[in-house]
Amino acid sequence: MSRTDTDSKFGDYGGQYVPEALMPAIEELTDAYERYVLDNEDGFVDEFRERLRDFGGRPTPLQRADRLSERYDREVYLKREDLLHGGAHKLNNALGQVLLAKYMGKDRIIAETGAGQHGTATAMAAAHLDVDCEIYMGRTDINRQRPNVFRMRIHDAEVNPVDIGSGTLKEAINETMRDWATNVEDTHYVIGSVVGPHPFPKMVRDFQSVISEEAREQVRDRAGRLPDSVVACAGGGSNTMGAFHEFVGDDEVDLVAVEAGGSELTIDEEEDLAPHSASLSTGEEGVLHGARTKLLQNRDGQILESHSVSAGLDYSGVGPELAYLADEGRVTPVNVGDDAALEAFHRLSKLEGIIPALESSHALAYLEANPESLGDLVVVNVSGRGDKDLDTVIEESDKRNLDAAPSMEVFEGGE
Amino acid sequence: MASDTPATESDITAAFADEPALVAYVAAGDPDAEATKEYVRALVRGGADVVELGLPFSEPVAEGPTIQQAIRRALDAGMTPDRYFDLVADLREDEEVDVPLVCMTYYNLIYQYGPDDVAGPEPFVAAAAEAGISGLIVPDLPVDESDPLKAACDAHGLDLVFIVAPTTTDERLGRMLDRATGFVYVQGRLGTTGARSDVSDETHVSLGRLDETDLPKAVGFGISERDHAREIVSGGADGVVVGSAFVDIVSEQEDTAARLEAKARELKAGALDGAEEMAQPEGK
Ligand SMILES: Cc1ncc(COP(=O)(O)O)c(C=O)c1O
Repeated sequence: MSRTDTDSKFGDYGGQYVPEALMPAIEELTDAYERYVLDNEDGFVDEFRERLRDFGGRPTPLQRADRLSERYDREVYLKREDLLHGGAHKLNNALGQVLLAKYMGKDRIIAETGAGQHGTATAMAAAHLDVDCEIYMGRTDINRQRPNVFRMRIHDAEVNPVDIGSGTLKEAINETMRDWATNVEDTHYVIGSVVGPHPFPKMVRDFQSVISEEAREQVRDRAGRLPDSVVACAGGGSNTMGAFHEFVGDDEVDLVAVEAGGSELTIDEEEDLAPHSASLSTGEEGVLHGARTKLLQNRDGQILESHSVSAGLDYSGVGPELAYLADEGRVTPVNVGDDAALEAFHRLSKLEGIIPALESSHALAYLEANPESLGDLVVVNVSGRGDKDLDTVIEESDKRNLDAAPSMEVFEGGE
Repeated sequence: MASDTPATESDITAAFADEPALVAYVAAGDPDAEATKEYVRALVRGGADVVELGLPFSEPVAEGPTIQQAIRRALDAGMTPDRYFDLVADLREDEEVDVPLVCMTYYNLIYQYGPDDVAGPEPFVAAAAEAGISGLIVPDLPVDESDPLKAACDAHGLDLVFIVAPTTTDERLGRMLDRATGFVYVQGRLGTTGARSDVSDETHVSLGRLDETDLPKAVGFGISERDHAREIVSGGADGVVVGSAFVDIVSEQEDTAARLEAKARELKAGALDGAEEMAQPEGK
């Protein structure tokens, strides 16, 4: 990590649209980010790297996917973030921010979570580094991601249900911001993706960039050259920016961000609902959760409820840097629907022996649909493992009679 | 462009001139637009000097549970920016409502308003001015991001009110006071809006820091009773901002207008008590 730009914006995107009460804390965080993360003051970056290795298990492998390579008749490599401790890329950021909070002398951590992956990663990091931790999670998400709720509690984090609105990620972020505005003096908000006010989008990206830093080296070692494309799913976009960042300067490498197309790419203005979460590929510019970015919103600017079979992609906004890179033509935003993602989940499980997260399955589904567009050498970021998604997958596959799905019948008999 | 509108031209500033002011908040359209008109009239009868009309946004991050629910009800009942401006225009026709109206909303609604090919806050501010709004309060727009909105407000003669928090640094306070018009909104405590049972010590500290300011200072966040209003005004404030205590009454839907009027009268009386205490030196 080296000092690059400390501007709060990416073109017109980004910025700091938060209540005044939080601005002093954000200024303090910006200062800490510049000193510790960019300038390695007090050896922060060295300690972070060491803990990522010893506690997190980095580096994660870049694996050649033999049967996918055969299927698509090109070289397909998987960046295995599913093998990071906790089962997703989320720990890279959570560990970085909890450690930074300690360097800043804050002894209370709060975080939002949607799928529960970021909440779990934060709870793990907080237990590892011995700080108090509270997680806000929407009621709907609590009900559909129960195992993660218990994982957080097992790590001694308090889980606070959020009941207002649709009870998903958007409301959980609102409520965590309210907690931060109340307890800002001793509390750090560990935001879970490359979203929110500056410096969060840059800082989270920097913590996640270890993905592309490793992948760039690894693909050169293995294939002798840079890939033709890097493919990653995008909710808020932290695994995405993590997988892209070190390749942004390599013009010959296409960067493809795959969003959740949900059940269809429509908008129900009557109900203020979008049955997808493709904010980067279909959204309009606006201001949400501290940043100017691309959003799913109605004509008036009210934020729409999004939807995806993958809880981790189910968000109406996206990181401002991705919005900027998409406008610049550097990142290609695309989307795939629920059905294709479920098919891809089963396909990877069967062909490669890897159960991917439903989020990551979106990236794999894009590869299935458009292999030619990705060139001869493709890196797909497998952002997480899919054990957390088994209940959803069984239920949703049953409903759909998917080609790739095994029988989901429950075994009867016995006692 | 006249960017230095003297504070004295502001009808909001003028509302604080003679005695401590009561600034009363309700969410527009909760439970519907007609009811809001009745409530605003009741608040003015009870002594409100400025009415802050919330334009509901789906993600109200600065709000506590009471106002979050009011905003939900208003959105569910179909409140939109255009209907809001119609409501404001109707209120401006109403002779009983002879106080300045301030729009409190979040930046995305301001940013999105108007024709698709015009980005930025100008169309919203123009429509607000046309409808008869006197000023704006935008809780998610810190001074750092306020240039475009400030320019539009100056061009249309609207006040842009800034919120000073207990955590605000001196450097930030200076930047805010350079731009603030109308009044200074002093956030009485950390956290979100919502009625509380006491007055925070932070309030007194914040008021102390604003001693030198020419603009009137009104304290909000947590005020719900006569005695709070008294204590705050006797501590040097020029007014109080009250929201959740009124919104609680609206949410109960029982004899609403009469109870709003009585609550406004109670809070205004508290503010007047406070002014009287100020006038009488301590210990006499
Ligand atoms: C495995 C996995 N991948 C991707 C995401 C989406 O987040 P982001 O877009 O920030 O990478 C999540 C979020 O929970 C996740 O758990």
